[in-house]
Amino acid sequence: MELKGFQDLEKYDPRLAEDLKRNVLFTKVEQVKAWARTRSLWPLTFGLACCAIEMMGTGAARYDFDRFGVIFRASPRHADLMIVAGTVTAKMAPVLRQLYDQMPEPKWVIAMGSCATCGGPYKNAYSVLNGVDKIVPVDVYVPGCPPTPPALLDGVELLREKIRREARGEQVVAKK
Amino acid sequence: MTEEYLELVSARINNIAGHDSAVEEAKLNFGKPMVTISTENWTQDTARMLHDDPELKFNFLSCLTGIDYEEHMEVVYNLYSIPHNQYLYVKVKTPRDNPEVQSVQPVWKTADWLERETYDLLGISFPGHRNLKRILLEDDWEGHPLRKDYVTDKKAMGLD
Repeated sequence: MELKGFQDLEKYDPRLAEDLKRNVLFTKVEQVKAWARTRSLWPLTFGLACCAIEMMGTGAARYDFDRFGVIFRASPRHADLMIVAGTVTAKMAPVLRQLYDQMPEPKWVIAMGSCATCGGPYKNAYSVLNGVDKIVPVDVYVPGCPPTPPALLDGVELLREKIRREARGEQVVAKK
Repeated sequence: MTEEYLELVSARINNIAGHDSAVEEAKLNFGKPMVTISTENWTQDTARMLHDDPELKFNFLSCLTGIDYEEHMEVVYNLYSIPHNQYLYVKVKTPRDNPEVQSVQPVWKTADWLERETYDLLGISFPGHRNLKRILLEDDWEGHPLRKDYVTDKKAMGLD
């Protein structure tokens, strides 16, 4: 069996060669970092409206975000993911941007629900921002009004896929 | 029981106004008494009577809202009498080009912020209010967003 990166394996002790085959793998540092990041996404608690209830439901016992390493943090300085769950009003928009700026790199944003995606039912309202992507870059859009916990889990899974693929050097566009 | 109450309320309001036509419409709305009057018959004395009359005692103003009906505007008072366990809805009609409704802020303290909100979003003026200014929107906001003819230009506001 060919083991990448090793030449003349037969010179070694066959037991050692067997151990190497089983226990050593080669990858890039970027991919290891991406692997670590996908396993511990810490979102900033950003519940703004009814979507927040679904987000809380996703975090609770039945769907259990914790088993994916997704642990809600109350401070932007601990967080690397922002799940914007709900309607962003004109008054909230600068606060959201400030919290996003306070998050350390690398950071990602999930726009949860139709309000955060495009304004939703408040598209023509005088006080609502039509989509959070007007002020912060969004990685994954989760449709729904509000999205169910499985939809949010799928959104987080899409983000993981994006982080993995970007670590491999691929260009990934936002999925709607 | 509620129909008698409705008649009682109508009679009292007509009595204060001094003529029989102050109450334009009196009916049961989902089983609860509702009276419609015009703004010139809605005075602070009327409100004070509803609050103080021993048979009425509407001491709790649970909600105050405004509506834009395009041909006129209305302010709706949702009243509740805790001692008598009775509800009453009072609708006050006001013309659209100069909407003015007598403030009840001295009678029910909660009307302070509710009237400010109604003024802020619908532009209905409440003479007699102690501090009538915008409560939700910025002080320099132009127009009243919940009016039917309000034009929302979200591009210009930087929201779209």
